[in-house]
Amino acid sequence: MITMTGRAIRRWWPLFVFPTLAAFLMGFIVPLIAGIYLSFTKFTTITDAVWVGFDNYRRAFQDNEFAHAFIYTVEFTIVTTILINVAAFFVAYMFTKAMAGAKLFRSIFFMPNLIGGIVLGYIWQLLLNGVLAHWNISLTYNSKLGFWGMVILVCWQQIGYMMVIYIAGLQNVPNDLIEAAEVDGASPRQVLFNITLPMMMPSITVCSFLTVTNGFKMFDQNLALTNGAPSNTSELLALNIYRTFYSRPGFEGVGQAKAVVFLILVSIIAILQNWLTTSKETQA
Amino acid sequence: MNTKIKHGPFWTTLFAIISLAWIFPIVLVLINSFKKKVFISTDTFKLPTGKMNAGLSNYTDGIAKTSFFSSFLWSLIITLGTVVFILICTSMCAWWIVRVNTVFAKFIYVFFLLDMIVPFQMVMYPLSKLADMSNLNTPWGLWFIYLGFGAGLPVFIFTGVVKSIPQEIEEAAMIDGASTLRTFFTIVVPMMKPTIISVAILETMWVWNDYLLPYLTLDMQRFKTIPITIQYLRGGYGTVDMGAMMACLVLAIIPIMIFYVLCQKYIIGGIAAGAVKG
Repeated sequence: MITMTGRAIRRWWPLFVFPTLAAFLMGFIVPLIAGIYLSFTKFTTITDAVWVGFDNYRRAFQDNEFAHAFIYTVEFTIVTTILINVAAFFVAYMFTKAMAGAKLFRSIFFMPNLIGGIVLGYIWQLLLNGVLAHWNISLTYNSKLGFWGMVILVCWQQIGYMMVIYIAGLQNVPNDLIEAAEVDGASPRQVLFNITLPMMMPSITVCSFLTVTNGFKMFDQNLALTNGAPSNTSELLALNIYRTFYSRPGFEGVGQAKAVVFLILVSIIAILQNWLTTSKETQA
Repeated sequence: MNTKIKHGPFWTTLFAIISLAWIFPIVLVLINSFKKKVFISTDTFKLPTGKMNAGLSNYTDGIAKTSFFSSFLWSLIITLGTVVFILICTSMCAWWIVRVNTVFAKFIYVFFLLDMIVPFQMVMYPLSKLADMSNLNTPWGLWFIYLGFGAGLPVFIFTGVVKSIPQEIEEAAMIDGASTLRTFFTIVVPMMKPTIISVAILETMWVWNDYLLPYLTLDMQRFKTIPITIQYLRGGYGTVDMGAMMACLVLAIIPIMIFYVLCQKYIIGGIAAGAVKG
């Protein structure tokens, strides 16, 4: 049904919709379609693209570094998602109770989020290499060190962000529900696991969704902290794809094929995970 | 939430210690920015005393080497322009989509949602070529590209808000003779103000810190942003000048910290509101 406002503004579309839509076509839809097309071609400058069918995909799947980056990214995402969410929930839980200084602590925990990934990477490179210097090694000694270095960095960055979302969620849990449970003799542990956590499912959905997609899309921090060293073994997927495009001449099409695989992967995870966690959401 | 349970001084002390440790990485960079470069990697955890002290020379070197202030200015122009542009365009677009509500409006809405999942790597190569070919490799061209690539989330958030605004108010204004534009800017926009602030903060954090999109699209001979400048310092000089690096890191952190202190209330509130709605 079209409302009165709707009728009045419908013909105003050149002003209201066109700028965003034009930018969207130019900045998203056209490159997306071009990207899908290019993944089936061999090219160096886009205009010289020659159709090669699934050849790029075959080469992408035969690339051992791509397989390594894939497993490395999955491990990284699982570890960071668990650590960040557990820590952020704990901190949020502590800070919603009356505690002296809680407001100040909140601002401090959130602060790293404002610093960009490149800068964060170099901050932690300094600190972690300073510590590792005691054993005469650095972050690029092996891919395990790079892995845990990135885990520490990302936890430091994102715990505060997820904490803010959890605090908002905790404040929405109705007080009378908890009081009723306490009157009925529920222990604090029972209240947490049987009332608070189920009521918090929307926040848990949002936070786990964000941490999973952040883990998969991680790029800047990886580039700055280890740059893939030693010999590309600390590369996450996004950096691996970037390098395939820009530092391996003749592999542009393969890079684009990897990007399509990456897109499909991220979409499946997003849909699956959203479906899994929203199905557990509870109404008061 | 139950606020009757109180945490005693033990927890306050514990979190005070954790908070200090939380700030430590930034303090460490600050300390090292005053050290001579040879001591930064050998004596990372020592204070810049005696022969280690470099005074302000790292800062003067770093600024000269990278023309830091020009990248600061480009970062500022790109961020401010993009955020203003995104706020105006996507809020108008969201109002139109919700109120017109035709099949076409619903179709473009679903289209916009699509871009929240797509990773940048997917469009990175064609987008950077397209930007070069169409002369969008300038800061103002970037406003347009950011609007296009980032439209999904703000359109999604704004449509959610518009749906909660009672139409009767808009209709009343129109019956009283207000034009469409006037109705939008004097009736709808004020009611969306908290959301506009949330979106502005989210977009500011994204654009100011973004590295790859400006790096791939901007004409590097003429324009560099702060993240690009920092990355250049690493890549362009063979052995890295750690002193200049530390100074530039500190200079990169200062503006965002000022922004944080000034708008802290809105930033934390905005993130919470954005997440709960999104």
